[in-house]
Amino acid sequence: MTFEDIAAGDELKPLAYDVTATTVVLGALATRDWRPMHHDHYFAVERNGVKDIFMNAPNQAAWFERYVTDWTGPRGRLGRMRFRMKGSVFPGDTMVLAGTVRSTEVDDAGCGWAELDVTLSVEGDVKTECAVRVAVPTAGDDNPWSRRGDRWRP
Amino acid sequence: MTPSAALPAEVETLIGAVQYEETSEFPVERGYIWTSLSSVENGNPLFWDDSVAAELTDGPIAPPSMISTWFRPHHWAPGRTEQKLPLRIHFDLKEKLDLPEAVMSDNSVVFHEPVRPGDVLSTRQILRAVSDEKSTKLGTGRFWEIDVEYHNQRGELVAVESWTGFGYRRPS
Repeated sequence: MTFEDIAAGDELKPLAYDVTATTVVLGALATRDWRPMHHDHYFAVERNGVKDIFMNAPNQAAWFERYVTDWTGPRGRLGRMRFRMKGSVFPGDTMVLAGTVRSTEVDDAGCGWAELDVTLSVEGDVKTECAVRVAVPTAGDDNPWSRRGDRWRP
Repeated sequence: MTPSAALPAEVETLIGAVQYEETSEFPVERGYIWTSLSSVENGNPLFWDDSVAAELTDGPIAPPSMISTWFRPHHWAPGRTEQKLPLRIHFDLKEKLDLPEAVMSDNSVVFHEPVRPGDVLSTRQILRAVSDEKSTKLGTGRFWEIDVEYHNQRGELVAVESWTGFGYRRPS
């Protein structure tokens, strides 16, 4: 994919995934998050007042990155991600990631950017919103990863 | 409406101050990279195929979204008597403001130089703001904003992470 293939309003293909306790615990430990609400059911219920253990934020970030770079391919380079947590994701949920291209631009350094609005939803309720700024190649031989210093403006 | 309590002076003085400059307990390593990729079934060849990494990034790198992973302390270490806490300012605020519960609401991160296996990152934390008292469905408390800056061993900025937390007391 290159910059010319992208336009504001484009929709990314949704990704559905059935969340299990393993998803939650593996995600927490992969991000070195030892806090008990991400692996201890009783702590989550009795201390946090929720129905079960729930996905941690850093693992959700990894899900968003996977979703975006599935779309861009390996030359896509994340510049910025902003999350807003609105609800928790529990074992037994089917989470759905969906995304839309809000805008595109080529900056003064010649880097192509796509601004995306990505959501993680369960049964239609948005649990997390993620605004993503991702660099994409402007041509087949362009590589955003080669940008450094003033040529990289995330 | 109940008037909001004044922010304690000891918290007020922390706003804008650089705190907790630390170096990571371990170098960035590929085992964790692959475990993280596995946890989200991310097949991006940049992280799995060294020839792709050589072509695009002059060798292996870590997924940018893993940035905070490299700074979470071990759950246990020899000689340590207390569990070391990440994002210390967050826990300091809970204690100083006497707010026993807390959640993170917003998180943003800006990525700069790629993180590579073998890198040893350093970090520093800066409290940016603390709100007046607010009531939400969780309880009554305060929102706070914390920046975490990450540099590599060459002094290059690799990321700036910003967190919004809400410390609160559950309704009795």
